[in-house]
Amino acid sequence: MKYQETAARDLVKVAKEICHTRAYGLSAMFANDERSINGYFAIYCIFAGAGNFKGIKGIFTQKEELTYPSLTPFFSSAAWYEREIHDLFGILPIGHPDLRPLVLHENWPEGLYPMRKDFSMDTPVPVAQKQYDMVGVQGEGVFEVPVGPIHAGIIEPGHFRFSQAGEQVIHLDAKLFYTHRGIEKAVEGLSLEMAAYQAERICGACSVSHAISYAQAVESIANITISPEAECVRVLAAELERLYNHVGDIGNLCAGLGFAIGISHGSRLKEIIMRLNETVTGNRFLRGMVIPGGVSREVTPKLSWEILVELEKIIEGFRDLIGLLQDNNAFLDRVESTGILTREACRDLGVVGVAARASGVDVDMRRDYRYSVYKQLNFKVPVYTSGDVAARLWVRRDEVEQSVKIIRQILKDMPHKGEKLLVSIPAIMPYSSGLGWSESARGANLHWLMIGENNRVYRHFIRSASYPNWPAVTVAALNNIIPDFPLINKSFELCYACLDR
Amino acid sequence: MITILKKILSIGMVTEIYDEGQVPSRFRGQVVIEKNLGKNCIACIVSCPTKAITEQNGCLVIDHKACIFCGRCIEHCEAQQLKHTSNYKLATISGKLSNSIGISVKEKIRNVLGRSLHIRHVDAGSCNACDFEMNALSNPFYDVQQYGIDFVASPRHADMLMVTGVVTRNLMQALLMTYEAMPTPNLVMAVGACAASGRVFSNSYAIHGAVDTLVPVDIYVPGCPPRPQALLYGLLLGLDKL
Repeated sequence: MKYQETAARDLVKVAKEICHTRAYGLSAMFANDERSINGYFAIYCIFAGAGNFKGIKGIFTQKEELTYPSLTPFFSSAAWYEREIHDLFGILPIGHPDLRPLVLHENWPEGLYPMRKDFSMDTPVPVAQKQYDMVGVQGEGVFEVPVGPIHAGIIEPGHFRFSQAGEQVIHLDAKLFYTHRGIEKAVEGLSLEMAAYQAERICGACSVSHAISYAQAVESIANITISPEAECVRVLAAELERLYNHVGDIGNLCAGLGFAIGISHGSRLKEIIMRLNETVTGNRFLRGMVIPGGVSREVTPKLSWEILVELEKIIEGFRDLIGLLQDNNAFLDRVESTGILTREACRDLGVVGVAARASGVDVDMRRDYRYSVYKQLNFKVPVYTSGDVAARLWVRRDEVEQSVKIIRQILKDMPHKGEKLLVSIPAIMPYSSGLGWSESARGANLHWLMIGENNRVYRHFIRSASYPNWPAVTVAALNNIIPDFPLINKSFELCYACLDR
Repeated sequence: MITILKKILSIGMVTEIYDEGQVPSRFRGQVVIEKNLGKNCIACIVSCPTKAITEQNGCLVIDHKACIFCGRCIEHCEAQQLKHTSNYKLATISGKLSNSIGISVKEKIRNVLGRSLHIRHVDAGSCNACDFEMNALSNPFYDVQQYGIDFVASPRHADMLMVTGVVTRNLMQALLMTYEAMPTPNLVMAVGACAASGRVFSNSYAIHGAVDTLVPVDIYVPGCPPRPQALLYGLLLGLDKL
């Protein structure tokens, strides 16, 4: 990948030039410690638009202090990226409106920057007792409701602080990154094959998407093409993942409003797909199928037939479930006009995936930034404009139909040549970098990779779909009543693990 | 209302009796060593992403707590002496449930908790796959309530803590506080390779370690993630209800 190089102090100017027509939006921003290669720190910004990616690289010369003018006042979507860079690299964005710690919580001591290359695992890290202030609203009659990080159900950890006036949410602050495992640091120095196992385990529900994004990053840097049969198997796995996520999420949405029969049928259908996943790949989360250079197993004609038969049952049951929801006024009353996310907010925050498509933003990596065999497939990208819980539900409903359509096409046209499903990765020129992307069930999933010596990972940046979408949840919750928050949250159905890494 | 009733009747009952489920042929279960070669072949040891295979006194030993069932060791074994079986019942008991503590303690706990077990879940840093499999236990196929087991919202109502994920620095306090809030006697289950071994992600600044480095663990359930039947096996093994 090529980058427009600039001094870090000019990042804002160059970013504005790229985005002035609004055709491009900021998709990822991260720092890299290149002192051992080039003698400096660099901040990379990746912009996506018009089926294309543009990268800029802001360089700090050796003598310069590690500060630069913040992008956040001009690009709202940069806010969390800059906080993360500040936490992990100690690079200060001047003029950032909110520099509270994001990734490293109040237990992390000042002045230790774990993503710098000179931070070794042997460095003792004492437990600090810093103060962390949640942002709230003060005033007569306004009260706060703290929720989490351990929630009542079986869900991932996050702390939410509601500022309430009566039942109305007037402000919501979220403290996340509880499940931060430091995966980006953990994979540094590992061979590309070994790092793939961790990339696949960033998130359970997006396992395939992460594996594909990572594998495509490796393959684009190594400049290799994988066999068409392997591409078909990957798309099959990716669509099965979308299918079980969407069906499960629609069932789970019913849990947000206590519609027990919807929960039961949703979880029953999801279980049928999970069992199908296990039949196809040997793992219920489809793990172990996608590996850099191809796939590990073929899909035999017999297995294709089994998938098609199961798919018929699943889609029939799914349409029944949707029928139960569509005909139920009590259900519709709860989901319609609840948790509205405006198109403008979507664009400002760089929201992706289901949430964007439900608010009138017509984006889908599979169609716009074509990868794998999606260009040969016939499918529609559903877009709704109301931006409420219902719109996100209907987007998922339509995507389930489209995924089934895609799987049928794939299985019909898949070559069964038994040709080489796995291409070996050649020796890669040290310090080459590249981007891999895919559309997960939640949206655009980007992996940026720089490869060091001997085909080992030098830097791996992971920007999952949940990253830009989490701030949107706090916006969508405003002016709703607090009992609707679980419903709104479930309609986005974001992964904490994907975000926290 | 009539469509809902029709739907319920047309589906009928799907709940399975324990151990009835089928294991598909591609399923990757327990890794077994057919024959220890005795030669100095370390291909499987080197190939394991979580260092679950070690050599002890000239024999290969597989630590299933750390195994992610990826099959890489099997691919790399030139002599083809390793293979996956369909066995997923790999849960083990230790701590308060192990015989070394004394059979009376174990019996006492089982008498108190055996008939109705209430579980609190803590995600200590998981990838959410284990969490989803725990959720699946409540679906109509497994219906965990048929065994007198249920999930509760507060540790104060819980007899057991099911912990998923490797304990991260950011969740140490939450895990400890949840554990301390539980009444005694109680049990702790480490769910999945991260919680049981802490070795899925290599050494990282953000990770504290396996669950048993912070709270005592009584049941370990290997898997990445363990399938719902494997979780059920672990629960029933702990309660001696198999």
